This record gives sequence, C-alpha cells and structure tokens, in this order.
Amino acid sequence: MTEHSYDVIVIGGGPAGLAAAKSAKENGGNVAIIEREPRLGGILKQCVHDGFGLIRFGEKLAGPEYSERYIDFVKELNIDAFTLTFVTKIAKEGDKYIITAVSSAGIEKFITKSIVLATGCRERTAKQVFIQGTRPAGVFTAGTAQNFVNLQGKLPTKKCVILGSGDIGLIMARRLTLEGAEVEGVYEVKPTPSGLTRNIHQCLHDFDIPLYLSHTVTRVFGVDRLEAVEVAKVDEKMNPIKGTERKIECDALILSVGLIPENELAENLGIKINGFTKGPDCDQTFMTSMDGVFSCGNALNVFDLVDYVSECSEAAGKNAVGYTPSGKNVQIKKGKGLLSYIPHRIDLTKDYSKVLLFFRAAKDMDKAELKIMVNGKEAFSKKYSCLRPPEMQRLEMDFTALGIKENSEIEILVEEK
Amino acid sequence: MNIKKIEKKVHEIAPSVKVEEYNGCVRLTGELDKWADVYKCGRAAVCKDSLGVLNDITLKGYTSQMKMPSVKDNSLDGKKVDVLVIGGGITGCAILREVMRLNVSALLVEKANDVAMASSSRNDGCIHVGIDLHKGQQKLKYVLRGNELYDTLKEDLDIQFKRWAQMVMFSTKWEKTIIPPLFKLKAKMLGIKQVEFYKTVDVKNYEPDPPSWCTGAMFMGTGGVISPYKTTVALANNAIENGAEISLSTVVLGMETKDGKVVSVSTNRGTVYPKIVVNAAGVFSDKIAEMAGDRTFTIHPRKGTDIILDKKKAGYALSSYNRSYFAPLPEANRPDVTEDVGHTKGGGVMRTVDNNILVGPDAHEVPDREDYTTNMLDINNMLKKQVLCAEKMTKADVITYFSGIRAATYEEDFVVRRGIFTKNIYEAAGIQSPGITAAPAIAEDIVKWIREDYKFEDNKSFNPKYTHTPRLADLPDEEREKWIKKNAAYGEIVCRCEEVSKGEIIDALEQPLHVATVDGVKRRVRPGMGRCQGGFCSPTVAKIIAEHEGITVEEVLKSDGNSNLVFGDTKGGNDND
Repeated sequence: MTEHSYDVIVIGGGPAGLAAAKSAKENGGNVAIIEREPRLGGILKQCVHDGFGLIRFGEKLAGPEYSERYIDFVKELNIDAFTLTFVTKIAKEGDKYIITAVSSAGIEKFITKSIVLATGCRERTAKQVFIQGTRPAGVFTAGTAQNFVNLQGKLPTKKCVILGSGDIGLIMARRLTLEGAEVEGVYEVKPTPSGLTRNIHQCLHDFDIPLYLSHTVTRVFGVDRLEAVEVAKVDEKMNPIKGTERKIECDALILSVGLIPENELAENLGIKINGFTKGPDCDQTFMTSMDGVFSCGNALNVFDLVDYVSECSEAAGKNAVGYTPSGKNVQIKKGKGLLSYIPHRIDLTKDYSKVLLFFRAAKDMDKAELKIMVNGKEAFSKKYSCLRPPEMQRLEMDFTALGIKENSEIEILVEEK
Repeated sequence: MNIKKIEKKVHEIAPSVKVEEYNGCVRLTGELDKWADVYKCGRAAVCKDSLGVLNDITLKGYTSQMKMPSVKDNSLDGKKVDVLVIGGGITGCAILREVMRLNVSALLVEKANDVAMASSSRNDGCIHVGIDLHKGQQKLKYVLRGNELYDTLKEDLDIQFKRWAQMVMFSTKWEKTIIPPLFKLKAKMLGIKQVEFYKTVDVKNYEPDPPSWCTGAMFMGTGGVISPYKTTVALANNAIENGAEISLSTVVLGMETKDGKVVSVSTNRGTVYPKIVVNAAGVFSDKIAEMAGDRTFTIHPRKGTDIILDKKKAGYALSSYNRSYFAPLPEANRPDVTEDVGHTKGGGVMRTVDNNILVGPDAHEVPDREDYTTNMLDINNMLKKQVLCAEKMTKADVITYFSGIRAATYEEDFVVRRGIFTKNIYEAAGIQSPGITAAPAIAEDIVKWIREDYKFEDNKSFNPKYTHTPRLADLPDEEREKWIKKNAAYGEIVCRCEEVSKGEIIDALEQPLHVATVDGVKRRVRPGMGRCQGGFCSPTVAKIIAEHEGITVEEVLKSDGNSNLVFGDTKGGNDND
C-alpha cells in the first residue's frame, strides 16, 4: 500500500479538475489529481465539435484542444496526476482526509488537508425517464453514442430518433448526420428546447433535422436490436396524449434527457446536497458543508459552457489551498423565477467582495430582472433582455455592498417584466 | 372425474368451448376472443382427480410464437448422451450439475445464447419460507427442502446467499391480534421454523425504519435472498467442470418416440440420441412434454414486473417485507384498474444480495410466453402501492425495471415427476414462483429417480466445489491489494457505479460456460448494473470483449440474436481512443 501526502487532492481530471489543480498549484499548494480514466481531459476527449473556449481563450476550440491547453498547464506546473486510479472511499481523521484509491499498482492512500471534488456528471438514462417496451440493443445515451462514434470510430445507428434537445443530443444529431446516419427527428418533452440556441441552429436547422416540441418517446420495440419507437404528443403536464401516438421505424433511440451531478463520494462523506442543483451546497469559496472539501464544475452544478467550469474550478482550487474553515454563514434563499444558483450561502468570515454568482432562470423570459433581497428589501438588481433556462448566467458581485449581517435574510429571485 | 360438472363450470364462462376427458386429463378446445376467458376456462377445469388441464383453447387473431436461435448447424448431429436436459434456467442447470454425481454423459440444450435468460434472470431471487403454500402441494415439499439446501450450495458454489428474514407487516390492530396465531399454526402444520410475531419494537431491531403504519409483523427467519442468475451460472459452470456439456442457442424442434420412449430429439444443431430426457423447459415445458407424449398440464404465462432502485437507497429495506393483505389498501394506493386478470399476493420491497432495493412484482395473465415488455400503467401502479412499504421512495430512486414470465400451470403447482406415458422422460415443469428456492431440491429428486431407474454408478470424481474470483470491491484493502499484485487488471476500474475491474470482466469471459456478450458479462460481474446503466462503461466493456475474443466491436452482441451494438466504421472510422 503506497501512501502519498498533499495539501490538496483534486478528484477528477476533467476540465474542472484540471483548472482546480492548476490554480491550487499556482497559489502555492502541493496538489495532485486523481483520475479514474487512462488519461486526463474528462468528457472533452470525445467532444470533437468546436465552440469551446470563446470566453476563456477568445477563440473557438474543439473539446480535446481545450482540455489539451489545461493538460499542458498541469504538465508545465509539474502537477502529479494519478490516472487509472479510482477513489473508493474518503475518511476524515482529525483535520486531515484519507482517500483510498485503487489502481493497477494496488491500493493507494492519499493524505491531504483539503479535497476538490471535480467528479463531473452522468447522463439520465432511458429508464429514468420511464421509457417502456422491450430492452433491445440500440438505446444509447448521447454520450455513449458519442463515445462509439468519436473515440472508437464506430457507427451505432443507421437511422435513429433522438429524445431530448439537450446540447449533447443536438451535437450528436449533427455528428450522426455527417457520418451518414439518418436522424428522423429530435423530440423534446418540454415546450421549449433544452439546448443552447446556437446549437439548435447549427446542429438542427442547418441540417434540416426536425425538432418536435411537446413530444416524447413512449416505448421502444424490437427484441434483440431496436426496430421502432413510439412517439406521442404530451399535454401541459408532460403526459402523453392518447391518440397522438406514431410509430417510427429506426434502429436506435438516442437520449439527451438531462445530466445528473455525480456526488456519491460527497454523499458518503455526509455532505449536504442542494435540492435544486443536485450538487453540494456551497459558500462563495465553493466550500461544501464540510470544512476543507470543495466542489466545482458539473459535480457542483451542471454548466453549459466549459469556460465557466474552468472559472469556478480555478476559484475552488485556489480557495482549497490553506482554506479558511466555515465561519458565519448567511443562507441565500431561492426566490421565484429561478431554477438554480450558486453559491448557496455567503460566509461572512471570508472575502465576499468578488463573489462569482451563477444562475439559471426557471423559464424563458423576455425582459427580466435579477434581484437580491436583503431582509425583504431590494439590495441589488440587474436587467436582462432575455433569460432562458439552458443558458446559465454569470456575474461577479460585491456582496459587501449589500449590507449583510449575520442575521440577515438574503433571497435571490428573477422577475419577468 | 366428473366431466359434466367441469363442463358446466367452463360453459358458464364460454359456452363454445369443448370439454372432454383425454388420457386422464381435462382437455379444452375452441377459440375465444379474450385471453382472460381462455385463462378462466383453464382455471375452471382444474379438478383433483384428473392428471391436469390441457387447455388448447386458442385466442382469436393470435398465433403464439417462440423466439428462435439464429444459428443452424450440425454440431450436435448424431450425438449420443445418457441424459439430455432441456432448458438452461436454474432448474435445468441444477439438474445438470446434480446428475454429474452419477457416472453419466450429460448435455443441456438452451435456446438462448446464455443460461438464465428467461425466468431465472427476470426474478427477485427470493428464497421463500413457504408459508403461503398448502399441504400436499409439490411446491411445499420442494421449497422446504430447497430452502435448507441453500446453506450447502452457498459453500459449494461460492455464491452470495443471505438469510435475511422476511416479514409480513400488519397495518391494523385486528390483524396483529387475529393473524399471528393462524400463521403460527400453519407454520407448525407445514413444518416451517422460526415463524414468530414481532411487536413494532422488535421489528425495529431488524428493520430500523419500518413503515409508519406498522403495528407489528410476522417474522420469518428462514427467508433469504440469492442472485438468481449468478447462482444459475455457478451451477452451470460447476456442471461443466464435472464433465457436463452445455449447448447454447440450441432449440428442440421435435422428438421421435417409439414404444413409449423418446428415441431421438431433433434440434437446430442436429439430432441427439439421449437415453434419458429431462424437461426443464420453463414456459415451454408443456410444449416439450407434448413432443414426448407426456403432457398432462398447460403453461399459462403470468407476467410480473419488478422495479430496481439505486443502491444508495438500500436503507429502505434491510430484509424483505410486504404489507399484510388482510386489511384493504388505502384508497390512494390502490392500482388503477387494468383489464387483465392477475394472481399475486401483492409483492413488496426487498434488498437484493447486491444491495439494490427491488419493488414488486405484480402479476398479469398474458398470452405470449416471452412478453418481456413493460408499460407505464404497471410501473405507476406498483410505485403507488409499494410507496406504502418504502415510504420515502420517489420516482428519482428508480434506476431500471424489467418483466418476466412465470411458467404457471392451471393447478398452480409444479409438475415434478417421472414420465407417465413416456418411460424415459422426467418432468421438472411448471416451475414458477417459488422455483428459485425449489430448484436444488427438484434436482435432488429427479437425480434420485434416475439413479434408481437406471442403476447408474456414482461419479467418484464429482467435485461439488466451484470457485471464482470474489467481488473485489467487497474485500478489505489488504486482500484486494493481493489480487491486484497478482494481476494489475484487477486494479483497473471499468464500471464506476458498481466498481468492477477489467480483470473481473476478463475472468467472466474465461469461465467454463463461455458467454461473451455485454449482458452476459453484466449478469456475471455487474458492469452496467448501476445507476448509469452502462452509459459510461458499455463502450469499454464491448471493447474488452472484442479484444479478448479476437473479434471486432461490431461483432459484439448486447444479448442474443442481432443485438449488435454498432454497425461498422464511421466515414473516418478508426479507433481514436
């Protein structure tokens, strides 16, 4: 059993973990990354489309190019990266954490003062959206289909239906079309698309792929390989409407029906999970409910832009070095019009003059206003010409200007004008 | 038997049905519009002094079909064996292994490309106590003995078997007063041990967070749970190690009988000449018995669906329990009405050996023997009802669900016997719930009869022990490290949700029974069984299979038939990983 000792351990070597490790090291921390896959880069390795890095680097990069930049930073900074190493448990002993991991070398123990959880997210599956019928081959999440196409060079379908207009689904609609497969249509249960507007245009409109809103796939047919799917219109409660069913012959159903932050390690540690983001509850330093454990990237809150993942992770990495334990926390209450937001609280014993605030609106809104209420009074507001749930908003805010005290009540809300 | 009386009962349901006595059985013929009526006629024809019901009523507009293997060759043609077992479920595999205790040659044929592909994988793995059974039933005899045998099987086959007790929980005061004495009396009559009444405080010692309505429970200490498919695979592997042969993707097409004996059995892989035939063909066991001229029963397929919850929610139930069905269900939990007829005591919640909570099953009579489809109504009904048992359960806990078909006879009993009309056949038919529990005991009896009837000698070299790589994630660090030092692939985690290493996947591919499909590997060592349902690992598992088997990824199957995952190279196609 090998033992390693660090100031900061970053779990996960995707875009979040790489950025967190980089900034931890730049801020004087002795840091290492633990990554379960054979190489660094996370899911970006299979995202060969471009559009990454516009904010961070001011240019359009492909996924692997974006992650390559951060892998280079990590190499230049001589950060230790343990790949093909899988964390099995984390225990707290005194003011230290002991991480147990499995690798082909055996069992490894990492003793560390702080941890950054950068474990990403997973895709919701067909059964988690209650698709019925048989259990054939040919039901793939968009990420699985993307793995086959972009990493293994294998075509998982000749003709498919895509359920869900999330970004990976849209990207895969285009990718599969380019590879010669027919995408019969993209079906979205909600009345509005789930993906970025630019992806609706560039991936569907430009390729004449129809998008059916307020539609869902109800069941699949085929014993061995998928042979057809049944689609139906849905009512306002998203229940299929009888009589609107249509059977479509195809060989695959590809799903892009949502991402779930992966927080099993955090949950096992007893870290508090936020009901709306499904990631750890965090303060403005991205510290979770447990002193010394930080969370960032898609494990904290599913982002749509990797640029913001990098930004929040860099902050988390920096704060993890010689962290300040939890002090006087003031919760930020979720008001109307919001789907999710981070941070969930402000720790008044830490710097709160430059707080990174991310939020999503609960629905499409033209002309909206973000408001932060302190003790029922408006302390801050910002106008937006348009807010959409798929597009996460970012702002940097000086919370010290809001006159917050330990017993203040803070509420964040969005009003449609 | 009073055929007139039976006829009267049947005609009350369907006057057009012809009712006759046939070879000591009650035979029904005709055509009806509704499957529920076909089923009801079959039930009405049950009578104690007949050999059984032959329900040959057809359903209008429906032709029954059987899923056939895609291969056809002569690999078995002309083969002579002492014992031919038909069907690779837990019963067939248990018999195959047991018969290797004799000095015989044995072959098992299974139409799917793996064992445990029907009821033995579409199953909750419950080791039953037998309290719901009756004196005189074959089910009772085999459940009691089978339940006992699992302690030895666990040691011999290195399988996961937990004696986690079962409880029937009461929701009213009157139930806890009236029911326990009756339960105890029945348990005494049937010879079931460890049946006791538990007050709520005692329930909490066993099940710390019982449902809020629980007023007490019948505790049944002899209950348990196994993995039904892993157990079947272990039985098959041990049988092969002892010299048995298993031919997968092999379907029985017909039999030649002469002088009351099966002479030959034709399959899609040639004609086999067995001395003895054992029918363990599950939902098709009546068809096999018919081919052999020994049919006295009819299988009516009864579908059930089970829901699997994330193992994070394992705390919902530490054992297995249900709500006593004597008190009516609250209005809000009653199922939305479905048209078909069913027959179940209502299911419940249970923890599997792999720490998932199973919710269900339900029961519906269906015409198709391989109807493994699920539907929203059944799922909603079960969640609605069982949220009584797992009160914190939400839809977000569900990771998957599946359906299976019970091979029920109209007599609702097993058909385990020597041939009646055919001398060299042994029936292990109509094995439905609690068949998993009963399988080892059925095997014991069948082989005892074969030994007596054919005077085979003992196989002195029979080794009952089967060992395999343990589940490494369950080992203490020091032990796990020893395995990794032996083989670095044991340290390479492929399935993040279930923590399965590449080494364990390769071991699964190298077991005596060779099955190189994604689902085959999944059933053996669990990659893809977790909350992401193979989203992350299935491309890697497919690649490991391809590399190990020396085939391309497009040749790798998910399950059976043409269940290929991918169709060939992309335009630029090559492996970029």
